[in-house]
Amino acid sequence: MRSIERSLSKFNEAGIRPVAISVDTSEDSRKLAQNQGYTFPILSDHSAEVIRRYDLAHKGAGINGEDIARPAEFLIDATGTVKWINLTENYWIRARPEQVLEVAKLLR
Amino acid sequence: MNIKRLNWPLWTGFLLTLAAFLSYFFIFVLFPFTRDFPWANLVLFVIAGVLLFMGLRRGFASDRPHTTRSKIVSSIVSVLSLAVFAMFIFVIFVGGRWLPASKGAPQVGQRVPDFSLPDTSGTQVSLNELLTTPINGNAPKGVLLVFYRGYW
Repeated sequence: MRSIERSLSKFNEAGIRPVAISVDTSEDSRKLAQNQGYTFPILSDHSAEVIRRYDLAHKGAGINGEDIARPAEFLIDATGTVKWINLTENYWIRARPEQVLEVAKLLR
Repeated sequence: MNIKRLNWPLWTGFLLTLAAFLSYFFIFVLFPFTRDFPWANLVLFVIAGVLLFMGLRRGFASDRPHTTRSKIVSSIVSVLSLAVFAMFIFVIFVGGRWLPASKGAPQVGQRVPDFSLPDTSGTQVSLNELLTTPINGNAPKGVLLVFYRGYW
């Protein structure tokens, strides 16, 4: 998310809107955005309903045993179709903004 | 304290081991270049290992005062350091892979289900709105959905 914020002007130029989603409450996400200086939208899926619908729930991985999202990135085009996905196999390895921007060039 | 008696390679090696462990989570994780593969930390662990080896040799040297105590201390510190290294390897290469396979996740070419969720101000925002609200006056070409664990 840090690297997304750093590349936000490039995302804007490419016409791509980054949106982050987690089980955090709106209030916690607001604090996170404030502390880290994130300016892109951060949505709160507190009940993990959307996370489950996308089959991204990491069952019982929350601090109190609740379901949370596994890290995942999806590039969706204007028609709502998936153009690129990244389901990392290792928590410490994430997609880089350059990868996404490369794929974004193909979007109309 | 007599500086000659202090087993400095041992203690420097131990402190460097702790630094090699902690620096990943506080510093190197911030940069993709040092996060995706923790080579910077592994380099620090190698240097720490060399220092610990030197410290161990020093601890077991027969010309040292308190020979028994220095053997025991250098052994314990070395074992602890090895445990810290093992924990690092475990957390990054084993624990990091404990993720669900997510076989049912949307695939390339599929339409994703629409949703509506509250943003940081509590306002409900739908995927459709995110895909149509202009960016700098132009219609968006797409949305990058980034799911993350959160900080609870």
